[in-house]
Amino acid sequence: MRIVAAIGAFAALHCAAGSEPPLPSPLKGGIEFQGAEIRAMQADAFGNPAMLWVDRGAQLWKLPRGARNLSCASCHGADGASMKGVSVRYPGYVASLGGAVDLEQRINACVTANQGAPALAWESQELLSLSAFVSSRSRGLAIVPDPSREMDAAYARGRAIYFQRQGQLNLACTNCHDASWGKRLLSEPISQGHPADWPAYRLEWQALGSLERRLRACYLGVRAEMPAYGSPDLVALEVYLARRAQGLVSSAPGVRR
Amino acid sequence: MILGKVQVPASVKAGEPFEVRVLIQHPMETGFRRDLEGRAIPVHIVDKVWCTLAGKEVFRAEFGTGMSANPYVAFFATASEGGELVVQWSDDRGDEGRASALVDVSPA
Repeated sequence: MRIVAAIGAFAALHCAAGSEPPLPSPLKGGIEFQGAEIRAMQADAFGNPAMLWVDRGAQLWKLPRGARNLSCASCHGADGASMKGVSVRYPGYVASLGGAVDLEQRINACVTANQGAPALAWESQELLSLSAFVSSRSRGLAIVPDPSREMDAAYARGRAIYFQRQGQLNLACTNCHDASWGKRLLSEPISQGHPADWPAYRLEWQALGSLERRLRACYLGVRAEMPAYGSPDLVALEVYLARRAQGLVSSAPGVRR
Repeated sequence: MILGKVQVPASVKAGEPFEVRVLIQHPMETGFRRDLEGRAIPVHIVDKVWCTLAGKEVFRAEFGTGMSANPYVAFFATASEGGELVVQWSDDRGDEGRASALVDVSPA
């Protein structure tokens, strides 16, 4: 009888573990899978090329724009110190925008609604510079995902995508980033797939890119159809990744190969 | 205006070499690439970088299409007395940029 109970308890435990997938352990940020040169480049406040976008963002921060001739600094302060801790809790729930939005969408919502200017294009130098500037204010802080209940639907959707095999290579995110992290894909080490250092400068792109661009690159890698920038699928995936990376320290803007 | 920045050590000894680091934001298009619709992307590179210390030239370089985007340049210079170190650059479309730093020289 006791044995049966023990088996029952074990089965229940197993089911509970199955419903909430195991996280990679220990959590390792993407930079830990990079070579010594890349790590040095990211840590070098002068030599990190992503800092050029931060500098540009600091200029744009003070540039008045739109019908109301307001700059970001008009409301948020000249040095951006008020942005400390903001990027590490995005994507977040914004009621006026009807759900979960990522950092770029949040910035654009401010540009259109508060400045009265046309939205900045995805991956435009302006939007990247502003998101790099905002993210840089949270360097050294841990990822604290938005805990609000309204995010749960996006989380569930993102989790479903994360475990969905897709593309001609028929791979799910989990097949590489949970099951095979630390191994190599040709010459590349496979990371745990955390978003903490994004936006990041990717040497392959010779430019700074957003997390959405990086996720789209993974879709391309498994030869699946890439979701459009700002699509609910990509944002949902970002929501799942943020909760999965809870506690990892952000070094955004990072550097990747 | 092409964005860039320069870094020198906080203080240098007279006559001893010190490192000057320069980072410039530029796409450095080689002219060999095509866009998604097959059209050639025209060449667009920073092709000249020069540096003066207290008005005297200490470094000059000409870049070709082999330089990476957002080029990083580091070189050594010596100074006998302090002054403003100015780095300037220009691209093949006539756009320019500059950055400067004060070099503080202590006696050797």
